[in-house]
Amino acid sequence: MSLSQDDVKRIARLARIETSDAEAQATQAQLNTIFDLIATMQAVDTRGIEPMAHAQEVTQRLREDAVTETDRRDVFQAIAPAVENGLYLVPKVIE
Amino acid sequence: MKWETVIGLEVHTQLATKSKIFSGSSTAFGAAPNTQASAVDIALPGVLPVLNRGAVECAIKFGLAIGANLNRVNVFDRKNYFYPDLPKGYQISQLAKPIVEGGALTVVVDGTEKTIHLTRAHMEEDAGKSLHEDFHGMTGIDLNRAGTPLLEIVSEPEMRSSAEAVAYARALHTLVTWIGICDGNMQEGSFRVDANVSVRPLGQKEFGTRREIKNLNSFRFLQQAIDYEVRWQIETLEDGGRIEQATVLFDPDSGETRMMRSKEEAHDYRYFPDPDLLPVRLDDAWIEAVRATLPELPAAMQTRFQAEYGVSAYDASVLTGSRALAAYFEAAAQKSGQPKLAANWVMGELSAALNKAELDIAQSPVSAARLGALISRIQDGTLSGKLARQVFEGLWEGAGEVDAIIEARGLKQMSDSGELEKIVDEVLAANQKSVEEFRAGKEKAFNALVGQVMKASRGKANPAQVNELLKAKLQ
Amino acid sequence: MNPFDTSLSALAAQLATKQVASRELAQVYLDRIAALNGTINAFITVDPEKTLREAAAADAAIAAGQAGPLTGVPIAHKDIFCTDGWLTTCGSKMLSNFVAPYDAHVIERFKAAGLPSLGKTNMDEFAMGSSNETSFYGAVKNPWDTARVPGGSSGGAAACVAARMAPAATGTDTGGSIRQPAAFTGITGLKPTYGLVSRYGMIAFASSLDQAGPMAPSAEDCALLLNVMTGFDPRDSTSLERDKEDYTRDLDKPLAGLRVGLPREFFAEGLNNEVAAAVEAAVAELKKLGATTVEISLANSKLAIPVYYVLAPAEASSNLSRFDGVRYGHRAPEYADLNDMYAKTRAQGFGAEVKRRILIGTYVLSHGYYDAYYLQAQKIRRLIAHDFAEAFKACDVILGPTAPGTAFRIGEKSDDPVEMYLNDLYTIPANLAGLPGMSLPCGFDGKGLPIGLQLVGDYFSEAKMLNVAHQYQRVTDWHARRPEGLQS
Repeated sequence: MSLSQDDVKRIARLARIETSDAEAQATQAQLNTIFDLIATMQAVDTRGIEPMAHAQEVTQRLREDAVTETDRRDVFQAIAPAVENGLYLVPKVIE
Repeated sequence: MKWETVIGLEVHTQLATKSKIFSGSSTAFGAAPNTQASAVDIALPGVLPVLNRGAVECAIKFGLAIGANLNRVNVFDRKNYFYPDLPKGYQISQLAKPIVEGGALTVVVDGTEKTIHLTRAHMEEDAGKSLHEDFHGMTGIDLNRAGTPLLEIVSEPEMRSSAEAVAYARALHTLVTWIGICDGNMQEGSFRVDANVSVRPLGQKEFGTRREIKNLNSFRFLQQAIDYEVRWQIETLEDGGRIEQATVLFDPDSGETRMMRSKEEAHDYRYFPDPDLLPVRLDDAWIEAVRATLPELPAAMQTRFQAEYGVSAYDASVLTGSRALAAYFEAAAQKSGQPKLAANWVMGELSAALNKAELDIAQSPVSAARLGALISRIQDGTLSGKLARQVFEGLWEGAGEVDAIIEARGLKQMSDSGELEKIVDEVLAANQKSVEEFRAGKEKAFNALVGQVMKASRGKANPAQVNELLKAKLQ
Repeated sequence: MNPFDTSLSALAAQLATKQVASRELAQVYLDRIAALNGTINAFITVDPEKTLREAAAADAAIAAGQAGPLTGVPIAHKDIFCTDGWLTTCGSKMLSNFVAPYDAHVIERFKAAGLPSLGKTNMDEFAMGSSNETSFYGAVKNPWDTARVPGGSSGGAAACVAARMAPAATGTDTGGSIRQPAAFTGITGLKPTYGLVSRYGMIAFASSLDQAGPMAPSAEDCALLLNVMTGFDPRDSTSLERDKEDYTRDLDKPLAGLRVGLPREFFAEGLNNEVAAAVEAAVAELKKLGATTVEISLANSKLAIPVYYVLAPAEASSNLSRFDGVRYGHRAPEYADLNDMYAKTRAQGFGAEVKRRILIGTYVLSHGYYDAYYLQAQKIRRLIAHDFAEAFKACDVILGPTAPGTAFRIGEKSDDPVEMYLNDLYTIPANLAGLPGMSLPCGFDGKGLPIGLQLVGDYFSEAKMLNVAHQYQRVTDWHARRPEGLQS
């Protein structure tokens, strides 16, 4: 299978990465060589194999329900692109 | 054509934990913006989630309370989408292996019982809030709410009217607050309802195309939104139109729903298991320990109230409207030894007063013990119904104990028969006309005489005693 | 003084006996960094004032008799670790203005152990690369031949240790990012068992594969550093709760009876002859030390690259979504609306390789493709891990080349991503299985470029691997050689 330029534009949009037509074209060619490599995986019969999501067979550790954090807003917002009245500012969100 | 409405609800309940689901930040409502947003909550590079035991226990409680299957191994997934109130660019949720599957709730609509089955309930994190008031044409983002634990409770599409949907939502609200996993505060967004609504010709098997109404934060809006949506869908279809799958918002001002996004614009969430979190394992010992902390549930309590206290099914369901109300009723019933009278007072006088003052049962100025004492005084004949209401007013005002109010305000029913006899004699002497009319066979005249005696006693006479005495005197 | 040919343990001994002060030692390295960094470009950030302050604190600890085994020994940290008050860029324009407001667990550990930081080392952007050419801060040069790459993604770390601009460095390894640059620069590097070192504060590339580890001239150095880095951290759900180990405990054990597994697939087509010869010579050396060899098969390892290039980009596409210009980092100066702000910020902030991997990851997770790509890759991941489990029934440690060749020229492979990806052929399987792996120098090719030997051990067998490496390094001196004639 291979990706069309529309596929590239669609995933770039999903990933929120601005991509010009020229970039999409160049990317399309590169991604297709990578997907050719990936495609070698498809021939393997994996029926009955449990997917492996983690390197260790361990289960989630639980944290006690207690408040341990203190207010560090000033420190965190000192590195923010735009803040006002303690809020992060972004271009208007239209719902 | 006759149409049938099909409704399924997705309810987001904020879990009543002290800290967030994946960080140690406080979940308290109303703090200054971003002061409860830790490094994890604002998704600084390099931070990682660690699961809150309290949130899992809330989910276990819920699963047990609805008789659901608890998945012994459940898994967190990432739901990917970009939105400024979603700091990581993904929401940690559960898709393929939620903690709770199945279960049911029974509701009563127009006197008929109906069982609504649940599909699933899963743990996830809440997003922050976008504040749309104008900051030079920008939107402000407050991440205090980001990471608050949610249990998303999904029903089967088994409701057939807005009334059923509201009854189910109310029953769910009662249950989650009853078992203490949610504070139920709808204004603050602790209990938010999405309604999936479709219509189909009556008798048709297949579901119609559904539209999802997002974020309804009151039962009234839920009812209004569904009613509007159903009308709109039927009209659209009857006019030859088609329903497109969509997400809509309800505008309480206009009472209408409007399109938020169509299916074409629907997100591709790219779910996959979160590699930062391991499978959550529930063992039997833990589940049983949690079960032991569960209070008696509303359904069981209703059955017991009917058997133990002889109240009607309807009264039992009203009295178990909340755990606090049920506890209040039980305390008053036991104190007075008069459960039916206690039920009448709790559902009548007390509820009316609380409604009027916009108070919750927990804030009642009249304690259950005092209401019980009041009811005891009715039972032993000290108080008539009318006097009892006056004593209740005293209790409401905080005038002290029942007997003290009776004493201080002289509200005791007249028990001295000599005193009463004197009043009766005076009334008979002063109302010869009525006496004659009664003797001439006019029954009404007797009631007039009773009224005069009661008036002369300033309400303190025992009406039964007055009747008896008058009859004796007039024979 | 010349500390450049001195082991960490010897440096620590000199510090402890006050033959040298940490401040002096730090200054020696700061001077060498000042002299060489213009050529090598191993460091993104150097802050002598902070370094010397930390060194002074180490001297105070030594004076107070509170010194640990490595107190006062300076170290360089990969710029992937958040470091409180230090610019932490991850090699990206996206974080070119990000001064971290907290310390990663690894940083905390080294601070607590009294190792002053010499600065933050250059790396492939977000650790995505095998040559260090994807860094926003420019390519790192291999000290053995500055026209060549040092490998990646921990290329700055490897180069600074090789050029003795630091006695040791931290690195991270998702598909070979410690081992391959260690091989290309002639140093020793170890990627521990997944879960031994907390990932807290380490900027995530592929969460289920990322693991931090030490990079230094010798195995003994790495063992000492590993003692500092490992240990349970409640802030990382994948951090393992295990008793603390001393990784130096088995260094001096003889190798008699050691069973070395040689995977058929790692000595097959595609392997450079000189590399093969050097690895075979190392095997002969180990045999002299009493080891026996056994041929094993890791049949599914040929699928490791396709599996990796599904799983790692998938996780990365999600991990990198937080870089959206809202709370920190780069934000595009001009935009029309919210989505335009996102799209421009990310288009400007990320380099070509990062974008490529985000797009691959987005695609394989998108609707309709998940089962065919992501799930299939996870299933084969299990097959690969199973191959190792079978192999460890027959051997104690697996040995092979770290990379198919030696350091290549800057620009040689940067236009062909697939060619570049094939460099990690031998290193990726250990990441997929979560096994520990290490690279140590075993010779030079005809061009005078270092060759790396890879050891892969069973879970938690770091002490054994370090034992093998140390015994080998006792009878060889490849690890002790360093590039000569480096000029500023």
